[in-house]
Formats: sequence, C-alpha cells, structure tokens
Amino acid sequence: MFVVIAGGGKAGRSLARLLLERDYEVILIEQDRRRYQRLEREFEHLVMMGDATEIFNLERAGIERADVVAAVTGDDEDNIIICQVAKHKFNVGQTIARVNNPENQEAFNVLGVAPTVSSTMVMMSLIEHEMPTHRLVHLLNLQRENLEIVEVMVEEGSSLAGKRIEEIAMPSGSLFISILREGKALVPQGSTELLSGDQILAILETGKEPELTELFHSG
Amino acid sequence: MFVVLVGCGRVGAAIALGLVAEGHKVAVIDEDEDALLRLGEDFPGEFFHGVGIDIQILAAAGTADADAFVAATDGDNTNIVAAQLAKEKFGVKCVVTRVYDPYRAQFFSEKMGLRTVCPTADTIADLSQAVRSCGVNP
Repeated sequence: MFVVIAGGGKAGRSLARLLLERDYEVILIEQDRRRYQRLEREFEHLVMMGDATEIFNLERAGIERADVVAAVTGDDEDNIIICQVAKHKFNVGQTIARVNNPENQEAFNVLGVAPTVSSTMVMMSLIEHEMPTHRLVHLLNLQRENLEIVEVMVEEGSSLAGKRIEEIAMPSGSLFISILREGKALVPQGSTELLSGDQILAILETGKEPELTELFHSG
Repeated sequence: MFVVLVGCGRVGAAIALGLVAEGHKVAVIDEDEDALLRLGEDFPGEFFHGVGIDIQILAAAGTADADAFVAATDGDNTNIVAAQLAKEKFGVKCVVTRVYDPYRAQFFSEKMGLRTVCPTADTIADLSQAVRSCGVNP
C-alpha cells in the first residue's frame, strides 16, 4: 500500500511515522524549505520538497501508483485542490482531506471532497457524546452512502418512554441500531420497551434528522 | 448585470472599476481591507472583507444573484475553489478564473469545466511570437 502525504506539519509527520511503523510505503511532500530540512533528517529520501498542489510535484512523488492520498496541509483550499487532482487526474482510489477551519467544511462537501477529517468536529462529537444533551448528536457521516449514525436520548416525559419499538411510527429511512441503557448496549427487538434515559443509536438517511428529533421531542 | 469579484489587487480592482463605469453593479471580496483603497473613494459598488472560499462571505456578497463571477486573487487554489463554489453552490452561469499555473489551468478547464484565464500561458505565447516576429531565422 502506497500513501502520498501532502503537508509535513505535525499531522503529516505523525501520520507518516505511524504508517511506516506498519510497513506502508510513504512519501511526504512539504513546501517549506526549513521544515523540509528537519523532516529530511528523520525520513531521508521519503520526503520531497515542493508544493503539492503543483501537478508536476505530485507526479514526482509517484502519485500515479498511489493507493491513498492524504491532504493534510494547513490550507483548506490546497487540500481541496490536491484531492481533486488526485481523484480526477490520477484516478487515485482513496483521498482523505484535513479540514483546518470548520467553517470550510461545506466547501469540501459541495465540491465532493470526502472523506474529511476535522479535529474540531471530532472533539465536538466526543464532547457531545460524553455530556447529557437534549440534541441529536452526529457520530458518523457516511457521505458516499448518504447515511449517518446519530445518538439521541429518550428524555423524561417523552411520549416514547414506555413504548415498545414496534409501536413507534419510525420516520422512513431510519432505524434504531442500539439502545445504551445503564452502561450496557442492547440490540433492540420489536418487543423492546424504551425507557426514559435510554440513549438510542440510530442510522438514518441524510436529511431525516428533523423528523427523528420531532419523534423524540413530541409529547 | 451584477458581477461578484474575488480579489481586489491590480487586476480585480481594474475590472471592478471598468464594470461600474459601464453601469454594472459590482460586489468585491478581498481578505485585505486596505484593498478597498484601490477602488477609490467614490466606488459605487459594495466591498466585503473576507476570503473567497468562505461560503458565508460569498453568500453575503450576493453570489446567488450574480450574473457573473470573477476569481482574481493572487492564489491559484483560492481562485479555483472560489470559482467552483460560485458554480456548484450558487449556480452562477458565467464564472471566470485566473490561474497562473498552466498545468492546473488546463486540468481544471478540461476536466472540471472551469473557464480559466492563464496569464503565464498567454505571456509565453506573446513573448515567443515577439521573438519570431523579429525575423530571426534558425
């Protein structure tokens, strides 16, 4: 497996180290000369100097035979361009882009650059997962499949508390996949009764959140 | 006609001033607030401080209602991303983009459907032609 990493900052450098430990073939591209020189001491010929948004530099890195391109520079527009060139010019099977500014997430989505990784959004999800919340929490977006996995709580006084799953009018395109109750995860059956305080993991088609939220908060 | 421009350097500012002089409505976006000085005190268009890949700024500038969109910052990647957003997100029909790098300009125009203007390629052609026109024979 050959991975091209664009951007030799903390993210790119750590990623390269981990991949090398696991015997992946790696090349790291860094455009800043001083940073490149520091990286060269550690990675030797596995790092090259250049702007990874230049097609010529991607070719020098051997992108034609790359299995994965990870665009992890500090500039969101550069990460978008690198992934678009990798995918549409060199037919790289898998691209992964880092989102530096969460406000730019929509730009990645609109331009079909996926999957993306944003440390801010990962932290948000983790915080929301740990804290009791009234809102629906996004755990995972499967962008290509148009599905998402969310977590939502059955609150005190919800009309769902005390109901069996088969009695609930589920929005079409949604399914409960697990119930977290008192530290245990249950796989729900039609006869399983929901209790207040249950946290439900559900899989749903993108865009169904409002219907699911409505279901949980009515009554 | 209503035109949104991203990048108010020498080129962007000159295009903006030319368009308003012809009576067009213009909105200009630049990440440097001082860029506004290039437009002069009586500039009748609107100026927005921000970057061209920020969807909120593009929306605030009225990109959804634009008849044309011009990306002319000094960053090729910013221009390419801003132009694609104008096209894909806001549905602007006429989108033109300056891209200095001839290879990126060619790829994004041939494969991604952008209308790119590449000053580098134009300069190469002009200078080569100028040399040939001197009548120097091989």
